[in-house]
Amino acid sequence: MSSSNPLRDPADRRLPRIAGPSGLVIFGVTGDLSRKKLMPAVYDLANRGLLPPGFSLVGFARREWEHEDFAQEVHDAVKEHARTPFREEVWQQLVQGMRFVQGTFDDDEAFERLRGTIEELDKAQGTGGNFAFYLSVPPRSFPVVIQQLKKHGLADQKAGSWRRAVIEKPFGHDLASAEELNKVVHEVFGSDQVFRIDHYLGKETVQNILALRFANTMFEPIWNRSFVDHVQITMAEDIGIGGRAGYYDGIGAARDVIQNHLLQLMALTAMEEPASFDADALAAEKTKVLGAVRLPKDLGRATVRAQYAAGWQGGEKAVGYLEEDGIDPQSKTDTYAAVKLEVDNRRWAGVPFYLRTGKRLGRRVTEIAVVFQRAPHSPFDSTATEELGANAIVIRVQPDEGITVRFGSKVPGTSMEIRDVSMDFAYGESFTESSPEAYERLILDVLLGDSNLFPRTEEVELSWKILDPIEQYWDKNGKPAQYPSGTWGPVEADEMLERDGRSWRRP
Amino acid sequence: MKTDLTDTTASKINKALVQGRRAIGTPAVGMVLTLVVVTDEENAYDALKAANDASHEHPSRTLVVIKRVSRSPRGRTQSRLDAEVRLGADAGSGETVILRLYGEVSDHAQSVVLPLLLPDAPVVVWWSVDAPRDPAGDPLGALGQRRVTDSYAAEKPVNELRARAESYEPGDTDLAWARITPWRSMLAAALDQVSCEIVSAEVAGEESNPSVELLAMWLADRLHVHVRRAISAGPGLTQVRMETTGGPITLHRSDGAMATLALPGQPDRAVALKRRETSELLAEELRRLDPDDTYASALRFGVDRLGGIQSAAEREAERAEAAAQPPPSLPVRSVPDPAPAARAAAPAPPAAAPAAPGDAERPSPAQMPPVRKADPQ
Repeated sequence: MSSSNPLRDPADRRLPRIAGPSGLVIFGVTGDLSRKKLMPAVYDLANRGLLPPGFSLVGFARREWEHEDFAQEVHDAVKEHARTPFREEVWQQLVQGMRFVQGTFDDDEAFERLRGTIEELDKAQGTGGNFAFYLSVPPRSFPVVIQQLKKHGLADQKAGSWRRAVIEKPFGHDLASAEELNKVVHEVFGSDQVFRIDHYLGKETVQNILALRFANTMFEPIWNRSFVDHVQITMAEDIGIGGRAGYYDGIGAARDVIQNHLLQLMALTAMEEPASFDADALAAEKTKVLGAVRLPKDLGRATVRAQYAAGWQGGEKAVGYLEEDGIDPQSKTDTYAAVKLEVDNRRWAGVPFYLRTGKRLGRRVTEIAVVFQRAPHSPFDSTATEELGANAIVIRVQPDEGITVRFGSKVPGTSMEIRDVSMDFAYGESFTESSPEAYERLILDVLLGDSNLFPRTEEVELSWKILDPIEQYWDKNGKPAQYPSGTWGPVEADEMLERDGRSWRRP
Repeated sequence: MKTDLTDTTASKINKALVQGRRAIGTPAVGMVLTLVVVTDEENAYDALKAANDASHEHPSRTLVVIKRVSRSPRGRTQSRLDAEVRLGADAGSGETVILRLYGEVSDHAQSVVLPLLLPDAPVVVWWSVDAPRDPAGDPLGALGQRRVTDSYAAEKPVNELRARAESYEPGDTDLAWARITPWRSMLAAALDQVSCEIVSAEVAGEESNPSVELLAMWLADRLHVHVRRAISAGPGLTQVRMETTGGPITLHRSDGAMATLALPGQPDRAVALKRRETSELLAEELRRLDPDDTYASALRFGVDRLGGIQSAAEREAERAEAAAQPPPSLPVRSVPDPAPAARAAAPAPPAAAPAAPGDAERPSPAQMPPVRKADPQ
């Protein structure tokens, strides 16, 4: 983009950031993610006027489709899943740039056709050679696709244009495999051209953690070991593994969720104030705090893993993990994981961070709860404060996005009695009822080349360094506990917090 | 739920709001602003609907001020305030109070509105019609951080723009300006893609649509080149053409929905540029509550410095000329031209309007006076 554009003015804040001329190539375009998230996100961006004229969308998959079939598929996906209303003229603008390339990942001819398609689009749609390749493919296909892109010159940036790679989790299954994957990708794409999608970071509520902490004065002074007792970060799902047995078994909840989402949330909660909000400054602070994470000495007492057993979840009968189709009855894969971590720096020394995630729990919820210490001295007698819990600030990431502050208040009446009340800020109440989907923001950022919200190589590797010892310990010792579906996890997890004199919040 | 209050006061309305909220079980208020809508009975329904739709994005307390003018002299001496309090599903995603002011109190609407403003939240005043000449000086306008007018609804939009420029205060804005945001963003995106110098520009659109003038003024202000305003059959804006050293850039829309963007040396591209509903414009307006310096700068460029705009003096001369010798050679380039008769018949604007140099003696871009900026940075 030329910076000397006389029509652009930083003070003119009505003008949205529109991506420059570009196109998006999706590998694995017939998959669920592509249909439910990517295609609707592309449409929603177009509908909000944030895509450049001539934006092109290329699908690559094995299926025998013509361009029209692909367009029809996108049309159906958009109608069903898009956030914004369907408008014919927006669709007409998009459909002109839609192409489909049929082939498998090892098919040289198909990649030649893809190159031809891209060249044709540069001419017909004026995409200017700028393309992002979205790899919505199983991890084992990453190296093949990346190598094919290199072999056929698709990753070569010409002067004044860019080629970017977008990859989805999992970024490996341990440190060694992550390093291997990073090597493969970075051999072909420069490190600033690789975008790792952690869709949690695209969520408004997660970005709001930074606003809450660093744009206000009333939270940051108490955001440290002098006032905070502990932090609980929870991501619970009410569903089981569904049809993902092949992917899930052997991976487990800790690798699937804690390594990326929860450690990123923890980094944002615990990090120091960045010098600015550009990508480098943010990454520097996140890397620092992830590097300061320490594991407790006795991993057996500070971690819990478990599998869901048969039970009733929200009025429906659910089978246990070991009885799911395609799961080895002897499987030791965790569907629930809870770990206690410490951050070894001046701000957080001695404050435990409890991270937990699981499938088939009570309900679907993700939240960060910062629980404060009790008041050191209370002028009220103990009966007055009997029902008073600890103060807490809870950032509700999803669903029902918002923030809850819990504190004590006098119960109306003649006697002095103090009870917990909560004060609530709901996003849906104060701001737009339809905040953009995470994928909209992230795809736009890829096209703009803005890497603020994407974890970097170092962050991924540091996260594995935190998780690897735990996984190794689990491999060698014991086997997963069991918890009935529809509950808040195994008793072992409750005992783990009880040992510290604390308890899990019911989210 | 709805509560009707006849011959009431602001404190009774406040009580009704609190009781209503209790009754529907939502004592918490997450509203982010107070929107004061000033309108008349004729436009109240549409304005309220737009405000309610916009409140889905910006939960707000909406106060609709309707001044009722009585026909009889006796009625004018009496003073009465009626209110309709709407909560819950009847009020978008906030609270709505419709205030009907009769007689003397209609000159003191601010005294009713002031006690009903949300504590500590920004206030936006929107005149859906009949905006005062000096919005910031108006007693209701003085309550707001943001004052939204709509020069499209005015009888003579060009005069309206002149008045807006004269009385501009930070915080003023106009829906005619919000209407062109998609055009502006597409033109800016177009210039991102070419690197050549712009020589001149022309903006075409239906007559008496101030958005066309505003877009032309914005282009002239930003590009420092001569910009002409041309007239077409519409709907709304139809074309922007920028002559550059590399060839013309055009953005053309004939049907109010789909536009074509043509850049030199690049394929033509279709872009969606649909005309938007009032509620969407209002929602955009409420997104930012700080002064819009770009609008100020474009507005202050002055509608009379555009090519193709007639000054008052010119119109007089033209009328005399039209009477003497038809057909005149008009300074206005018309796309299809049903205009001359209409223009000749149109009454001249008030003499107070500032006169501008005629089309023939218009300075070339190099001779043009430096652009006055709202903000020197």
